[in-house]
Amino acid sequence: MRTLKFLLQKEFRQIFRDPSILRIIFIMPMMQLILLPQAADYEMKNIQLTVVDHDHSSYSQQLTSKITASGYFKLTDYSASYKSAIEDIEREKSDLILTIPARFEKDLVKENESKVFMAVNAINGVKANLGGAYLGMIIQDYNREVRLKWIQFPRLNPEPTIDITYSNWFNPLMNYKFFMVPGILVVLITMVGSFLATLNIVKEKEIGTIEQINVTPIKRHHFILGKLIPFWILGMVILTIGLSIARLFYGILPAGHFYTIYAFAAIYLFSILGLGLLISNYTSNQQQAMLISFFLMMIFILLSGLYTSIDSMPEWAKILTRLNPVTYFVEVMRMVVLKGSTLRDILPQTLTVLCFGMVLNCWAVLSYHKRS
Amino acid sequence: MKAVLAENLVKRYGDKRSHTEALKEVSFEVKQGELFGIIGPDGAGKTSLFRILTTLLLPDGGNATVDGYDVVKDFKSIRKRVGYMPGRFSLYQDLSVAENLEFFATIFETSIEENYELIKDIYSQIEPFKDRKAGKLSGGMKQKLALSCALIHRPSVLFLDEPTTGVDAVSRMEFWDMLQGLKKQGITILVSTPYMDEASLCDRVALIQTGNILSINSPENIISNFGRSLVAVRSNKMFDLLKDLKYFEGTEDVYAFGEYHHLVLKNSSSLAEVKEFLSARHFDSEATMVTPGIEDCFIALMKSS
Repeated sequence: MRTLKFLLQKEFRQIFRDPSILRIIFIMPMMQLILLPQAADYEMKNIQLTVVDHDHSSYSQQLTSKITASGYFKLTDYSASYKSAIEDIEREKSDLILTIPARFEKDLVKENESKVFMAVNAINGVKANLGGAYLGMIIQDYNREVRLKWIQFPRLNPEPTIDITYSNWFNPLMNYKFFMVPGILVVLITMVGSFLATLNIVKEKEIGTIEQINVTPIKRHHFILGKLIPFWILGMVILTIGLSIARLFYGILPAGHFYTIYAFAAIYLFSILGLGLLISNYTSNQQQAMLISFFLMMIFILLSGLYTSIDSMPEWAKILTRLNPVTYFVEVMRMVVLKGSTLRDILPQTLTVLCFGMVLNCWAVLSYHKRS
Repeated sequence: MKAVLAENLVKRYGDKRSHTEALKEVSFEVKQGELFGIIGPDGAGKTSLFRILTTLLLPDGGNATVDGYDVVKDFKSIRKRVGYMPGRFSLYQDLSVAENLEFFATIFETSIEENYELIKDIYSQIEPFKDRKAGKLSGGMKQKLALSCALIHRPSVLFLDEPTTGVDAVSRMEFWDMLQGLKKQGITILVSTPYMDEASLCDRVALIQTGNILSINSPENIISNFGRSLVAVRSNKMFDLLKDLKYFEGTEDVYAFGEYHHLVLKNSSSLAEVKEFLSARHFDSEATMVTPGIEDCFIALMKSS
């Protein structure tokens, strides 16, 4: 016990003596949590639109102004020909072309039917998709307005129609920040937990201090616990800072209990630190450790359901997400913050992460040798 | 009981197809309380040997005991009773002098006070700087701190891997004085060094070259075993002199040695013959008999093996 106490004391001394580590630990999460959610916005704004109006009628103008009034689109060009509009797309000046045919108004009035043509720049897939969908919705809306004006609907619809109204459960205003901030916090905790612990141990290898430690009668589990505990505590501190930022800047107050989050985070950090230890056992310098950590981090983030929905992934990727501890924490965070889930609700995730932790830590302890 | 006993130690690096043998069946023994030097150039296998004896490396063959404990089976007991100072400074640079010492005292489950007597002479020299970070110490002070840390648990055997490499001449002499002091306290000391002139400061030395031990003896005996006459020769044209001496019939070996060439004579030859040979072409040369040093012995042993 005394040995462990001293190991911890030494570790904390070193951490607090290194100003750059302190900066990373406290400033990085703040910056990321305050800035990133503002930028990582799913809502599409400022989609650049070119309108090719061959009709020049009042209806075509009404449609155009309705589109620009929606706030999603910015009219960059009101061009005369499709050819010059496509040039806009080629020069990346425009994301979407809406072509209104010459007989738009006439057809609409006479034949109750008219067509518009939409061309989408699909280089940025998300923008193209959402932009196309928004524009489609606006045109549909416009269509209804026109019909309302022209046709007196009978009191009872001759044919049965289904009118859809909806409500968004758990996040009624569809505030994407409620969804992103907890997720980014998870990534931060993962980074601090695994990166810092890995680099700390590999640094000891690099400067040779581990050699000096290895000839001492120090116990293997003492050494490993001496490395685990400080970073476990740091992870919890970062979680606390992150949750405070979420409260102060975004007004996010978990619907569930804080202790549910902390309880899960405690187990999660245990397993992610095991991963960090494992990486440090198989690398001999900080470059190697950094590269492997970055590689894993990329996979963890992209396969965690943080930015992309897991349900839309192919089967094999879904299996991979199940092997990714970050997935579970992102899930749990969202469940607790938005839905107010309790410890019982997150039991499956907790047990899975605990299993990961056991396997990773056992592997790490067994593969740590005091001699080669 | 021998303090250190090594029998046919083998260590290979690399895979099966291309490997280097760092140690080729090395055997030696060190008596208790002895100051034993392992002397050889870089790459001779000194560090591999030390790492095996301090249980950091597993040998590929042979066996060794330290203080009667096997380095493979009883590694736990060995770690409690040896002190190891690696060639590279490997204490925590961001901890202070006192913190480093305290840290190592704790993981050896002892305290500074308990063994202060042993390290007093060494530690008192750096004690005025005990709040300074170890990384900010000068080379000589770092070394004193490393030695203090290696001694804090009163080891019975102390392993010092090239402690004087990269240290100035004055600090080197000081360091050897400290070792003599420790020897008086009954600690067995194994020290490796690439500097041949330090051999005479040891009780016994092992000369090691590319994984082979060439000779183990006291420095005096190694020199007296040299057994041939050695002549130091110099002239204004040193390079021509070296070439010409190779053709002298009494030459067994000749090599550059500082500002002289050292000429090992065959038993049949004498200094007078050398002078006569030289007078023909190198009239300004001088030749005198010298007593061989460890380095001459090392070169002779290296060439004969």
